[in-house]
Amino acid sequence: MTNNKIILEIKNLNASVANTQILKDFNLTINMGEKHTLMGPNGSGKSTLANILAGNPEYIVDSGEINFLGQTLLDKAPEIRACLGLFLAFQYPVELPGVRMWQFLKSSLDSQREYNGKDPLSTKDFDSILNECAEKVDISQDFLKRNVNEGFSGGEKKRNEILQLTLINPKLAILDETDSGLDIDALKIVSNGIENFSSPNNSVLLVTHYQRILNYVKPDYVHVMIDGKIVKSGDKSLALELEKKGYDWLSKK
Amino acid sequence: MNNKNVISRNTKLEDNNYKWGFDFNFNPDNAPKGLSEDIVKLISKKKNEPKWLLDWRLKSLNLWFKNEDNEPEWANIKFPKIDFQDIRYYSSPTNKPNPKSLDEVDPEMLKAFSKLGIPLEEQKKLSGVAVDAIMDSVSVATTYQKQLEDAGVIFCPISEAVQKYPELVQKYLGSVVPYSDNFYATLNSAVFTDGSFIYVPPGVRCPVELMTYFRINELDTGQFERTLIIADKGSYVSYLEGCTAPFRKTNQLHAAVVELIALEDAEIKYSTLQNWFPGDKNGIGGVYNFVTKRGKCAGKNSKISWTQVETGSAITWKYPSVILQGDNSIGEFYSVALVNNFQQADTGTKMIHIGKNTKSTIIAKGISAGKANSTYRGMVKILPSAKNARNFTQCDSLLIGDKCGAHTIPYIEVKNPTAQLEHEATTSKVSDNQLFYTQQRGISLEDANYMIVNGFCKGIFKELPFEFAIEASQLLRVSLEGAVG
Ligand SMILES: Nc1ncnc2c1ncn2[C@@H]1O[C@H](COP(=O)(O)OP(=O)(O)O)[C@@H](O)[C@H]1O
Ligand SMILES: [Mg+2]
Repeated sequence: MTNNKIILEIKNLNASVANTQILKDFNLTINMGEKHTLMGPNGSGKSTLANILAGNPEYIVDSGEINFLGQTLLDKAPEIRACLGLFLAFQYPVELPGVRMWQFLKSSLDSQREYNGKDPLSTKDFDSILNECAEKVDISQDFLKRNVNEGFSGGEKKRNEILQLTLINPKLAILDETDSGLDIDALKIVSNGIENFSSPNNSVLLVTHYQRILNYVKPDYVHVMIDGKIVKSGDKSLALELEKKGYDWLSKK
Repeated sequence: MNNKNVISRNTKLEDNNYKWGFDFNFNPDNAPKGLSEDIVKLISKKKNEPKWLLDWRLKSLNLWFKNEDNEPEWANIKFPKIDFQDIRYYSSPTNKPNPKSLDEVDPEMLKAFSKLGIPLEEQKKLSGVAVDAIMDSVSVATTYQKQLEDAGVIFCPISEAVQKYPELVQKYLGSVVPYSDNFYATLNSAVFTDGSFIYVPPGVRCPVELMTYFRINELDTGQFERTLIIADKGSYVSYLEGCTAPFRKTNQLHAAVVELIALEDAEIKYSTLQNWFPGDKNGIGGVYNFVTKRGKCAGKNSKISWTQVETGSAITWKYPSVILQGDNSIGEFYSVALVNNFQQADTGTKMIHIGKNTKSTIIAKGISAGKANSTYRGMVKILPSAKNARNFTQCDSLLIGDKCGAHTIPYIEVKNPTAQLEHEATTSKVSDNQLFYTQQRGISLEDANYMIVNGFCKGIFKELPFEFAIEASQLLRVSLEGAVG
């Protein structure tokens, strides 16, 4: 389901965190409607890439380009990137004590709507959209009354990220290990969320360690990242090969 | 209630976040600057006071002169020495103080308060809230008089109460905060000008929220108001206090005394939104807020709760306290104190347990941003007579950035072994991860910060009357401007 409109183009990206270079001449292009999977051993720089794309100020771009829907992201604040349609499901979602889910989600949606020239939703309209989304990812009303991620189990935090994905409906979803630490039921809910989201008018970059989620989410491309760059790209069969052989055969080349 | 704009007045002041900084041009009736017996006599005469009150003022003044050089220095605040002779102790913005009805209120004054978001005219007044508006030293209007009269509730300027209900005033004035209590309370007792008086008769639940709105307008004027609230047996009253001051380069002194008395089975709920001018970004100007607030649960089963949201003033020094004298009485203190830029706050509470089965709860949230410093100072004292007393204290500090400070100083004194005390304290930071996570959802950095701080304060805001809680949270937003980024 791809068309040739480029949604994300990363060229010769070098980036560092805490004064250590992590991404090394990184290149990746994602077209509208495509699902890409990024795999690689721990510490290879997958989350660094995700943070760089979302604009986390702790991570520094040293050189290179990132274009998103035809404009550079490098000069844009994280909230602007979000409003342009870039969504990151965090590997470690953050707790916001005392901040109600409802309020957080409504502010998020209203703020993005405002940026895109739309009026804020009425409470009633928002509630009906939120309830619909919550149902899709099997999240209860009680859950929505809680504070953002506060006291959530690991699985609940991941499902909350998928709820936000469903609600915000971005152009590009970057999912950083959203599948890790989930039991099989939760994994199905999360995978369903991703598959339901995916359409010809958006794209997915799924960061994962495990081939297991690929039983549910069907990627168009699989990339292997080692030591800050992509060392091999292929289709779904590459993931199965990795599952059998591990990463060593790629890094030793 | 329809008082959405009680504090969030929309007038913008250039170059400053403080939105209430404009001043009004009246023809004030000013006393000369300086403190003397003559000034005290002048104030007393202006207010046509009985001799016992003048004598009390003079007694206070003499004591103050004796202690003049003993300004308290124990608080964790720093400021240049105040020249008490350079302050004006009486300023009336209108030459018709204490109007009998709204028709007598200076129309300019009505306009001024309307600009502040406090419409006083009958047709526009805040619904469900009776307002006593005080500008500088004088009370200019009190709304909802008729409804209150029908219920038998007295809500009027204290100067009027002195005329109309002298026995009540004489009986209770200074009964909770004696004139000799502390440096600023002594000063206040000598020169207090106006403030509110409330009396709720036995068994009456006050039909509306009572609110006093304080504003310092005159340059170099101190505000020394005196508030006295008496809830008679089995009565209930909820009182709100809001404050602003214009943008001034010099510091203004505010030294109020508030006394609450709850008799048997009575309850007083006292809420404050304090938004005095905090000084500019460089720490110039701002109000010194040195206030003595104390309540006495005099009767059994009585209850007093203080809820305060303090975002203003260059320096805050205040400890709303409760003396739990009646058996089974309850004292509560809920506080949010936010300091930004160069603000300093040393604030907290005292709970003094005297009666049996008395219970107190203290929840204090301190927020520090910029280069500001805040100290929570709390005392829980259990006297030998206070069998089965209980206290729960929770102090949480939130830091924004790394140049600010927060300190917690609890004092505990237990003289009865049956007492049960719990104390919890936490310090946290608004983390970069929290801000980034929120921003990633499309919310600006300032809004993200505000949302996180608001979450931290939630437990306190729910203690405020609903509309006031909205105001409080808006006040917080304004006070946080420039705190991140
Ligand atoms: N915030 C950070 N501060 C310091 N080092 C970091 C930070 N984030 C990542 N790193 C380092 O960067 C490298 C890549 O990490 P990461 O991008 O998290 O890898 P992956 O997601 O592929 O496991 C690791 O060596 C990690 O320790
Ligand atoms: Mg990672």
